[in-house]
Amino acid sequence: MRVAKDLVAAAATPMVLGILGEGESYGYAILRRINELSGGELDWTEGLLYPLLHRLERLGYAESSWQSVSGERRRKYYRITNKGLAELAEQRRQWDTVVDALKEIWLGPGDFRPLTAIPLGGQA
Amino acid sequence: MTAPHGQDEMEAQFAQWRQYVQCRRELQQSDAEELEDHLRGSVDELIAVGLRADEAFLVAVKRMGSLDDLSREFAREHSERLWKQLVLTGETDSPVAATRSRRDLVAMVLCGAGAAASIKLPELFGMGFEEDADRFYATNFSLFALPWLAAFLAWRRRARPALIGVLLALFALGVVAANVYPLAADSQSVVLTAIHLPIALWFVVGLAYVADDLRSSRRRMDFIRFTGEWFVYFVLIALGGGVLIAFMFGTFEAIGISPDVFISQWLLPCGFLAAVVVAGWLVEAKQGVVENIAPVLTRLFTPLFTAVLLAFLVAFGWTSAGIDVEREALILFNLLLVVVLGLLLYSISARDPLAPPGLFDKLQFALVVSALVIDVLVLLEITGRITEYGTTPNKAAALGENVILLANLAWSAWLVLGFVRRRTPFGALERWQTGYLPVYAAWAWIVVLVFPPLFSYL
Repeated sequence: MRVAKDLVAAAATPMVLGILGEGESYGYAILRRINELSGGELDWTEGLLYPLLHRLERLGYAESSWQSVSGERRRKYYRITNKGLAELAEQRRQWDTVVDALKEIWLGPGDFRPLTAIPLGGQA
Repeated sequence: MTAPHGQDEMEAQFAQWRQYVQCRRELQQSDAEELEDHLRGSVDELIAVGLRADEAFLVAVKRMGSLDDLSREFAREHSERLWKQLVLTGETDSPVAATRSRRDLVAMVLCGAGAAASIKLPELFGMGFEEDADRFYATNFSLFALPWLAAFLAWRRRARPALIGVLLALFALGVVAANVYPLAADSQSVVLTAIHLPIALWFVVGLAYVADDLRSSRRRMDFIRFTGEWFVYFVLIALGGGVLIAFMFGTFEAIGISPDVFISQWLLPCGFLAAVVVAGWLVEAKQGVVENIAPVLTRLFTPLFTAVLLAFLVAFGWTSAGIDVEREALILFNLLLVVVLGLLLYSISARDPLAPPGLFDKLQFALVVSALVIDVLVLLEITGRITEYGTTPNKAAALGENVILLANLAWSAWLVLGFVRRRTPFGALERWQTGYLPVYAAWAWIVVLVFPPLFSYL
């Protein structure tokens, strides 16, 4: 199963902000972390990640610094700012609303039908 | 884990990849570094799970996806990068270039300030603008501006002392030409000197421009490009200055202060002279950053001018009336030749010398030929007049210029024809134009130096 591109894009900002909320990180590590979290189901590309990081930096949600790692290599680390934390909280509130609503529809109030009752595989 | 040999090979691959990335305008140096770090992280991980170095590199690059997609995504976030910006100081990627551009800026400010200050210098010696010094300023104004521009260029190119000596000598010669002859303020020669001295001195600036290689055709062509761009920038700065003056005048008038004197005595002359240097610096600084505009204007106007000239010839043949050759008419037709020459020069300057002849070259041939035909008609008329009434400095100068331009365009037409028929290479036309530059300079100096005594200071 691959998550649709639009959904990946919509979830991108809270996901990256959330990961940065765990601590300072850099591009490759963030991508690894997303892979890990989604069990490889989320199809993230570099073309999505780096422009997004730059946008977060421009909006003031994150700040970056170059740090040198082994030898001459330099790495750009991103750190979440207070503004970014506020944005993360706001995004979380919105996503909670969406997720709660979806759960409400799919599971029903007090209905504990297992998820598999919904045909997931499309028209097989 | 990897052998040193494999390591070297991989570094070479990284270097190659870096080069590809740096070709993308959307990706800056820092992006390239960030992406490279990503790539290296990916490669390290793949090697750790057992791939060989070269395999790991291939897989990692493949995973990153095509650079096209990547740069498109970057462009969406950084759309401003698609517009090349002319940064005035620093902020470029390499620190060396940044210091250089900062030093250029300082030198430009010094030269510009020098030019602005020097025009006010004669006032200390009783040569104010109010006093009757029209003749002095008319013949000398270029001597206040162009030496500073030449100084800036010579400094930038680290000109040899010998060349600096030549430049100084030529500017000194200009001072002599402008001030030694006893010319009346209303004499024709004053006007001629006022027009021709700047031209002569501009070629001295050219000497400073091509400092490193005087004989090189390529460098001379660069000077032609420089001239065109300088002119465009100068006009733009002048337009901006006009707006500034308009607002200054309006706002100060509104509170009852008349800024007339300040504007005409200080802002206008000083700004004008400083703009000469600033425009030169802008062309130098933006070289390769912004596309040249002069060739674009050329492309736009060559067809239009060709149409107008052909229409004129048709109308001339139709009405069969003679050309009314007054002095103004002669100057007008001279200017026409200058414009046609300019159109030719700037399309040459922007053309790929190896490209085969196309429709535009044929159009250019039509333009040059129609200008030539018109000029021959005018010239016939003029020589008749001169043999009838005798000559004056104005007529002689105008006639001389006409002949010089005619000779240039006639041979150019021949070369363009040869090129269109694939007989002569394009380089011949380029070399002809660049080799002809000293002729203009020589003629300007002759008018400035020889004409006044020749026509007994008329």
